[in-house]
Parts: sequence; C-alpha cells; structure tokens
Amino acid sequence: MALLEVENLRTDFTTDQGTVYAVRDVSFSIEQGEALGIVGESGSGKSQTMYSIIGLLADNGIVTANKIVFDGQDIVPGNFANKKAYENTMKDIRGNSMAMIFQDPMTFLNPIMKIGAQLTEPIMNHNKVTEKEAHELALELMRKVGIPSPEKRINQYPFEFSGGMRQRIIIAIALANNPKLIIADEPTTALDVTIQAQVLELIDELKKNSGSSVIMITHDLGVVAKLCDRIAIMYGGKIVEIGTDKEIFYDPKHPYTKGLLNCIANPDDDDDKDLEPIAGSPPDLLNPPKGCPFVDRCPDALRVCKEYQPDATKFSDTHQCSCWLHYEKAVKE
Amino acid sequence: MSEKPILSVRNLKTYFDVTKGLFSKKQIVKAVDDVSFDVLENETFGLVGESGCGKTTLGRTIVKLYEPEAGSIEFMGTDIAHLKGAELKSFRKDMQMIFQDPYASLNPRMTVGEIIKEPMIIHNIYNTDQEREERVVELLRIVGLKPDHIRRYPAEFSGGQRQRIGIARALAVNPKFIVCDEPISALDVSIQAQVINLLKNIQKEMGLSYLFIAHDLSMVKHISDRIGVMYLGHMVEMGKSDDVYHRPLHPYTTALLSAIPIPDPDTAKTKQRILLEGEIPSPINPPAGCPFSTRCPKASERCRKEMPQPIEVGGRMVACHLYER
Ligand SMILES: Nc1ncnc2c1ncn2[C@@H]1O[C@H](COP(=O)(O)OP(=O)(O)OP(=O)(O)O)[C@@H](O)[C@H]1O
Ligand SMILES: Nc1ncnc2c1ncn2[C@@H]1O[C@H](COP(=O)(O)OP(=O)(O)OP(=O)(O)O)[C@@H](O)[C@H]1O
Ligand code: SF4
Ligand code: SF4
Ligand SMILES: [Mg+2]
Ligand SMILES: [Mg+2]
Repeated sequence: MALLEVENLRTDFTTDQGTVYAVRDVSFSIEQGEALGIVGESGSGKSQTMYSIIGLLADNGIVTANKIVFDGQDIVPGNFANKKAYENTMKDIRGNSMAMIFQDPMTFLNPIMKIGAQLTEPIMNHNKVTEKEAHELALELMRKVGIPSPEKRINQYPFEFSGGMRQRIIIAIALANNPKLIIADEPTTALDVTIQAQVLELIDELKKNSGSSVIMITHDLGVVAKLCDRIAIMYGGKIVEIGTDKEIFYDPKHPYTKGLLNCIANPDDDDDKDLEPIAGSPPDLLNPPKGCPFVDRCPDALRVCKEYQPDATKFSDTHQCSCWLHYEKAVKE
Repeated sequence: MSEKPILSVRNLKTYFDVTKGLFSKKQIVKAVDDVSFDVLENETFGLVGESGCGKTTLGRTIVKLYEPEAGSIEFMGTDIAHLKGAELKSFRKDMQMIFQDPYASLNPRMTVGEIIKEPMIIHNIYNTDQEREERVVELLRIVGLKPDHIRRYPAEFSGGQRQRIGIARALAVNPKFIVCDEPISALDVSIQAQVINLLKNIQKEMGLSYLFIAHDLSMVKHISDRIGVMYLGHMVEMGKSDDVYHRPLHPYTTALLSAIPIPDPDTAKTKQRILLEGEIPSPINPPAGCPFSTRCPKASERCRKEMPQPIEVGGRMVACHLYER
C-alpha cells in the first residue's frame, strides 16, 4: 500500500480579484522509501499542493479531494467532524510521521529561542522522555546532520548560525521523530553550491539509511536528477507528466517537459548548442485556460487543445502524461 | 572576439570599513583583494564564486559605483579608477549594469518608456523627445517586448519581462561594456534561456563585451568565453571556459564543479562528488596564507602561512602552491 495517496486534489483561494485556482485535480502517490521530485515554474502550484496535504494552507484557501490517505489514515479536510478536529490531527501528524523542510529556515526557526530548545521541544511533545534524554537525542541529531561541536552549538541562537547550518538544524528537527515522509520545499535554493551539495548528500543518506520517503519540490532539474526516483512535472496547477527519473529525462512525452529539458544548459554537453527557450510566460491561475494549461506556449498545439483539457495517457505502469498529442483520435493537422 | 582588451583591471582592491562602535577595534572587509584580469572586445567574461566572495563588489567597482582602495581600471585605454565628475561621466555612458532583481531595480512609479528614456536624458544623447521615443520603441523590439508596452508600469510585467526592460535600459545609451550581475538568478528556468539568448544575440549585433556574474556554473559556462573563479575576494583561477570546466587546476574550482547537480539522472546518481568540509570563512578575519586553506583537501603547512601568488600554467592563471615550481 502506498504511504501517501492523493486523488483529484483541488485548492482554491478566495481573493479580492476573484478565485485563484492554484491546484487543479492533482493525483499522485508515493511508496515507502521512495523519493518523488516535483518540478515546475514559479506559481505552478507545487508548494500549495503540499500545504494542502499537510494542513498548512493560508486561511483564504479551500481544499477538496476525492482521496488523501497518509499511512492508512484519511486526511481529507472535509471528512473531519470539524475544523478543530482536522487541525488537531494534522498537528499531531506533522510533528511525528510527516515533516516539512522549507526554503527559508528562518520562517520556521524561532529567532529568540536557543537551538537546543527548538530541537528538544518536538521530541518531548511526541515522546515520553525526560528533559535530559531529549537533550542527548538533540545532540545526537545535530551530530547526524553534521553540525560541528554540537555541545557548544546547542546553546546558541539561530542568528549565530550560517544559512547552511540553519538548514541542517531544520533537517535535524524534521528528523527528530523518525518521520515516514519528509516534504522538502526548495530546501537548497538559498544555499551556495558547495553547501547545497552537502545538504543534498545529507538528505540522500538519510533517505537511504532510515527508509523515509521524500517529496522534493524544486525548479532545479539537476537536484531531482540527483535525488529522485520519480518526477512529477507541474504546470498551471496540474501535474502534466509523471514518471521515473529515466522516463522523464530520456523519454519525455509532454511538450512542456521537452521544452524544459531543451532550455537548460548541461555543462557536460558540447557548448555551442543554443538553448531553446519556451516562448511566453505561464498562465494566470485567476483565469486559467479552459483547455490545456500549456496551450499559449505550446509549439505543437492542436485545435482541440484550447477548448478541452486532455486526459492522461499511460505509457507504462509508472509513466503518464496529459496531452492531446498522445490521444489517438485528436485531429493532427 | 578580438585579442584587444576593452577593460584591464590590475591589482584592484575594494575594502569596506565595518567597525561597529567608535572605540572598537577596526574591522575591514577586504571584499575585493588584489584582483587582476582583462575583458576582451566582444568577449563574455564569466565571474563565478559563492555568496560573499566579492563578485558584486568587483562589478560595482569597475562601473565606478564604488571607490577602489587601490589598483587600476583601464577602460578603453584610460585608467578610470580615480576619475571623478565630468571626466568620469563620459565613460559612464559606455559601461552599463544589469541587476539581479528585476523587481527592485525598476522604479515602480515610472512607465516603461520613462525608465528606458532616463539614461538617454542623463547622457544627453538625443535631441528631441521624439527621437528618444523612437529609440525606445526600437529597443523594446530588440528585447522582445511590444511597442504598446511603453506606457505601462513595471508591476504589470512578469519577472522575465522586467529583466528585458532592464536590458533595454542598459542598451539605451549604446554602451560598449555591460556588467550583468546575476541577470537570470531570479527567473524561472524556461525564462532564463530567453534572457541568455537575448544577451547573446545583442552581443553579436552590437559588438558588446560582458562581465557576466553568476553562481550557476552551467549557465556561466554556456555563455562565457573565459571564466574567472573568485574565493574570499581573490581571483583563484582564470582561463578559457572549456579548459576551466573540463580541466580545473585550483582545488576550489574542482570542488565547485563537482558540486553542480548535473541534469541527467545516470550521471548525477553515479558521479563521485568532492564534498567540501565546512563553510566560507568570515571575510573580516580571513585565514592566514591561502584563503582556501581551511577547506582545501590538499592544504599543506605552507598553505596556512604563505599566500600563493597568481602564476601562469598552460595559458591559464591559477593561484595555488601546488603549481609552483
Ligand atoms: N494565500 C493565497 N491567496 C491567493 N493566491 C495564492 C495564495 N497562496 C498562493 N497563491 C497562488 O497560488 C498559485 C500557486 O502557488 P504556489 O506557491 O503553489 O507556487 P509554486 O509552484 O510553489 O511556486 P514557487 O516556485 O514560486 O514557489 C500561485 O499563482 C500563487 O500566486
Ligand atoms: N556596502 C558594504 N558594506 C560592508 N560590507 C560589504 C558591503 N558590500 C559588500 N560587503 C561585504 O563584502 C563581501 C563581498 O560581497 P559581495 O556582495 O561583493 O559578494 P558577492 O560575491 O556578490 O555575493 P552574492 O553571490 O551573495 O551576491 C561580503 O563579505 C559582504 O558582506
Ligand atoms: S494538450 Fe495540446 S497544447 Fe497542451 S501540451 Fe499537448 S499539444 Fe500542447
Ligand atoms: S595553496 Fe594550498 S590550500 Fe590553497 S588551494 Fe592550493 S593546495 Fe589548497
Ligand atoms: Mg513554492
Ligand atoms: Mg552579488
């Protein structure tokens, strides 16, 4: 059984300008021990998909779904008796079997609380341990994520840590209760390359050693190539293609995926190959296109694309893509 | 690309005094410390290095936004390092800058037309407003925007479009040399390629030289003819981009390259990486000897005492004791 299963997740935001359709019928699942990458441009709905699942959505957001099952438990917000019951359940899950790592560690760390306290708190909240035992566990976690001289560091405040060190602390907090699922939202975007390499290596090791599943949100195709077993490509609030790392990189089916792969520079490749940018810019989710979200930028668009949304076509047990080009009956001119 | 330098920087130093209280010990950040390099006509010189190594400071010192502590900046044959006032102004027109943040660098209360026109007015290069207007329309076309965008405000544009406005503004006065300070870092992958291709095409058409600053090594290699690698205010290696990328000499360059996540699952998952220990030291108390000695896997006793001087090795510059004979 999958660790997390999501079916037809929709997230709408009510704003003064109207409704923002941020996540539009997203379905995917993840197995224990697996790393899934979610790639897509800014505003494509990557973060809101995850916030909707873990219950950290802004107040103006509404989530509906046919199914969100985590570790055997139904966590569709609408299936709870009331908001309070939902929030309590999610709070419990979040500190425990599901953990989140954010792009900016300072949105998560309390600036006026010592690092030690921020580590021991989640441990004590979810386990029956003494303060001393929690302190020992905290030191062990700090060692595990590679913080030098943890005995000294544990008494310091976040501002005394560099960006890379703060991100390690966040990872240590996330690991405190051996989560089954770690959701990382651009965890290395703000870091330097050599520090990014350290943090990625750390996440990879933890995944391999602890058997946790990882969902990695990023717009860096290098990061998913390194870390992920499967990759979902998001565009305009939808998953337009999903497959194994090899299926996505070596046999992409969706014109957006193909475009994305053609406009990155692979420094190993021969140099003078020109990049092929994708013209135009992403759709406005306040007024999403009626048909395929990519239609305004797609070089291969068909007649049907503007009016109707394409269904998913299956290429293998793991690989599927939503595009009319792969639909037999669609008229190709 | 010619062999003639448009810009020759020699032993350039830019320091910041960051002493806190009146009676505290003096604290100096040596943001750029004894840097020398050339940018040739029609060339793109890529500058890479991690946050805080001095790339922006170097770029701003060259276009004379910052006063250098010492050294020379020879631009089109004249040392502008210490020029001021009217003498400097005639050079300002020829060197422009494109910034990282397409949101913060444009005045939100000015229309696109006004933004692009402003440098023309400052440098007095067209006589009538109609001429300026015509040039703005032409520039909008060059950067791939529409003539009717001229009356709109920056807030109505996406990140990539705003970066195009910034580029049009930089081109407005027909410069010879542009410092591009992380012009694509804030943009989406699909938009980055648009801007990179635009910069390349403009260079071909107008014969421009670029100093291209970035920490994305893949893009830097793609756009640059030569690359310089900075660490803690020093230029540690410099050479043709293929050479630097495929045969790095300096241990820091080697580590930096091995840290790039390659967008190819087979390579990325099998590649052995050199993981550097620790972080970049504080520029206020840089290590004695080689600036990289605290993290260098090949550091010796000598490295912790003696600063390596830049030397030439096979047509390249490297500053590391390993290559001294
Ligand atoms: N509280 C909110 N109210 C209204 N719209 C919102 C709200 N939060 C997010 N959105 C919108 O939802 C859409 C999806 O946002 P999301 O944060 O998921 O994007 P993303 O893919 O994570 O992008 P990025 O790469 O920039 O982080 C965007 O159009 C965003 O503007
Ligand atoms: N105005 C200033 N006053 C004091 N110190 C400064 C100033 N500007 C830069 N510095 C310091 O000089 C050093 C070099 O900074 P600089 O901004 O040039 O680095 P950078 O290589 O451009 O980094 P990034 O990749 O983060 O943009 C840093 O240690 C920085 O803190
Ligand atoms: S459905 Fe049509 S517009 Fe959308 S990606 Fe496929 S061909 Fe292009
Ligand atoms: S001089 Fe020494 S410490 Fe510096 S890079 Fe070379 S080997 Fe490493
Ligand atoms: Mg996001
Ligand atoms: Mg900078």
